[in-house]
Amino acid sequence: MSALPKIRIRGLTKSFGSKTVLDGIDLDVEAGTSFVVIGGSGSGKSVLLRCILGLITPDSGTIEIDGENVLTATPARRIALIEQIGMLFQNAALFDSMSVADNIMFGLRAKGRGKAHRLTKAQAREQAGDILKQVGLDPTVGALAPSELSGGMQKRVGLARAIAGTPNILFFDEPTTGLDPIMGAVIDGLIVDCVKRLGSTAIAITHDMASAQRIGDQAAMLYHGKLVWKGLASELMNSGNAMVDQFTHGRKDGPIGMELRK
Amino acid sequence: MNFILDPVAAIGRAFLGIVRKAGALALFALAGLSHLLRPPFYWGVFFNSLIEIAFYSLPVVALTAIFSGGVIALQSYAGFAQYHVQSAIAGIVVLAVVRELGPVLAGLMVAGRVGAAMSAEIGTMRVTDQIDALRTLSTDPMKYLVTPRLLAGTLALPFLVLVADILGVLGGFTVSVSKLGFDPQNYIIATFNALKPLDVIVGLSKAAVFGFIISLMGCYHGYTSRGGAEGVGSATTAAVVAASILLLAFDYLLTDLFFAS
Repeated sequence: MSALPKIRIRGLTKSFGSKTVLDGIDLDVEAGTSFVVIGGSGSGKSVLLRCILGLITPDSGTIEIDGENVLTATPARRIALIEQIGMLFQNAALFDSMSVADNIMFGLRAKGRGKAHRLTKAQAREQAGDILKQVGLDPTVGALAPSELSGGMQKRVGLARAIAGTPNILFFDEPTTGLDPIMGAVIDGLIVDCVKRLGSTAIAITHDMASAQRIGDQAAMLYHGKLVWKGLASELMNSGNAMVDQFTHGRKDGPIGMELRK
Repeated sequence: MNFILDPVAAIGRAFLGIVRKAGALALFALAGLSHLLRPPFYWGVFFNSLIEIAFYSLPVVALTAIFSGGVIALQSYAGFAQYHVQSAIAGIVVLAVVRELGPVLAGLMVAGRVGAAMSAEIGTMRVTDQIDALRTLSTDPMKYLVTPRLLAGTLALPFLVLVADILGVLGGFTVSVSKLGFDPQNYIIATFNALKPLDVIVGLSKAAVFGFIISLMGCYHGYTSRGGAEGVGSATTAAVVAASILLLAFDYLLTDLFFAS
């Protein structure tokens, strides 16, 4: 008997007006693995993550975390299930009215209240410094405002805030977008380290193929709201699927282009 | 094309649109208020908002009140002198300031300053995913962003209006005594004779309602803003315009309720 997937999605659909963004998504993400979802802009990747997080309510389907349907759970239970998830947003989404340290302390205090609630402000500040070190930043950065940081540093702080509550599940929304290739590789390395250290299950969405292969164990491609391919992330460049091959190699001609011309 | 039905349908759609917006606003206000009764309450956000509204709005409200009080004294004198009833000026100034000008002018100043700032701050948080980030950090954005601001606005404006009342009357007193030749002692006696406790209570009650309206409009338009920087700009404008219009409408309703008889 196979173990229960950490996240199990069945028949997930979501439309905005007449536009169907998710069209019957079935997906299993095994515990302790990193799953990468690739796809072009507007393919529904972000909507998929936001549905799991409860930020968007799907039209139909089920989303299970540890076998429990998030969509039909009681509000309290739903909050408890969602609390397991840490999220790194595409633009880091740091609270710009707070310092870097306060952003991380917010993550520390908000998640897992039973444990972190007892932290004094001094303890939380010290822990925030330790977490900054884990993402390769000097603790003195904690005194700065998010607007004083470069894009790469903001992503690191976003990652620090996401892991502050030691989540079981981590989501990454386009983690390398807007970064130069070297900084992208650095962020990917940090993501892999964090996921390993926490023993978390991760879902990343990206259209950066180098990043997808560095982060992911498994991968899938989303196209027009449907999963058109699933496999190992290491097979992304050699999938044997015409759509995936065209996308991963950035070819102008292929089934995706033909479809667009129709 | 139907020349009779089309205009009727357009009016109907506009009416339904207004009803829908009013309903959404009412639900938003109820959701914000309901969190007052459910812990946790974010005292830090509340005190920051209170300082932002009550303390940093003081200079603009104070200056507006002083000059308005002085203008009423001047204008009243010009009119009342024709009927030789200049002695009524002290009463006119204090009643005009305490009942109307204090709450309304302070409200309009705060709507322009604080309502716009609230809308811009929350709107920016919306379009940069910071509100979604709050949710992922187990924090209800309504509870964290809206409820403390609604309470802060409702409590801060009466304080500002009390200051505006005192400074407005002082402005009228200064102009009356220094420019129009009134006797200071008689002016003060006439002021206190004209003023009743109900005038102050109603003025401050109006202020609390105005403070709630300003915060509600700022939060609602910011929270529901869409479409990047342009959307935030539109939300900010809408917050100030809506707050100003609603403030004047509620001023009329409350005046009619308390003073019509």
